[in-house]
Amino acid sequence: MTVADAITSFCIVVGAALALLAGVGLQRFPDVFARMHAATKPATLGLVLVLVGAALRMDRPGAIAKLLVVAGLQFVTAPVGAHMVARAAYRAGTELSDATVTGRLEPVEPGDELVQPAPPAEHDGGG
Amino acid sequence: MNLAADIAMTLLAGAGLLCVVRLLRPCSLADRIVALDSLLIVIVSGIAVQAARTRDGTYLDVLVVAALLGFVSTVTVARFIERRGA
Repeated sequence: MTVADAITSFCIVVGAALALLAGVGLQRFPDVFARMHAATKPATLGLVLVLVGAALRMDRPGAIAKLLVVAGLQFVTAPVGAHMVARAAYRAGTELSDATVTGRLEPVEPGDELVQPAPPAEHDGGG
Repeated sequence: MNLAADIAMTLLAGAGLLCVVRLLRPCSLADRIVALDSLLIVIVSGIAVQAARTRDGTYLDVLVVAALLGFVSTVTVARFIERRGA
């Protein structure tokens, strides 16, 4: 087993374990937004680890280029897709979990300490 | 290398199973999109693991297409939810 094979084995197993963690998070977390948090982060890192592992085993430059294209696409599209789904779910009125402490998008009610914005910093005009 | 690929495939199978369970349980449409997206990523990872095991680049085109289609479908259904409600 060469060094590249060892690195490939490590990357592939860690990437697959991250995918499994995403699956566990999908089961355990209470609402859509928490589940997205669990599902989207390992999606990028886990997939890129697997792709790096596969790229180390490939001989032809074309195959490595394809793997790089997939990794780049994943980096660009995963945050955009997650943002779209979260915005759509919030605007569609999806219920937040009872464990939710603060909602930055909720309208601020008087006397609600958790969502009150921090007091503005004092500027004396000295700067 | 074969052992590592076997372990990775087992882990990915478990991940795919969990995604399918989330997909089939009663939940909102947004939940199902997230689960389907995760399932697609598991499938892409599986193809990449198999390519690494066999050193064969034949299926890498499928990888590119699946990654792009997954993004397009996620955005499409997200816009649909936004217009219609969950």
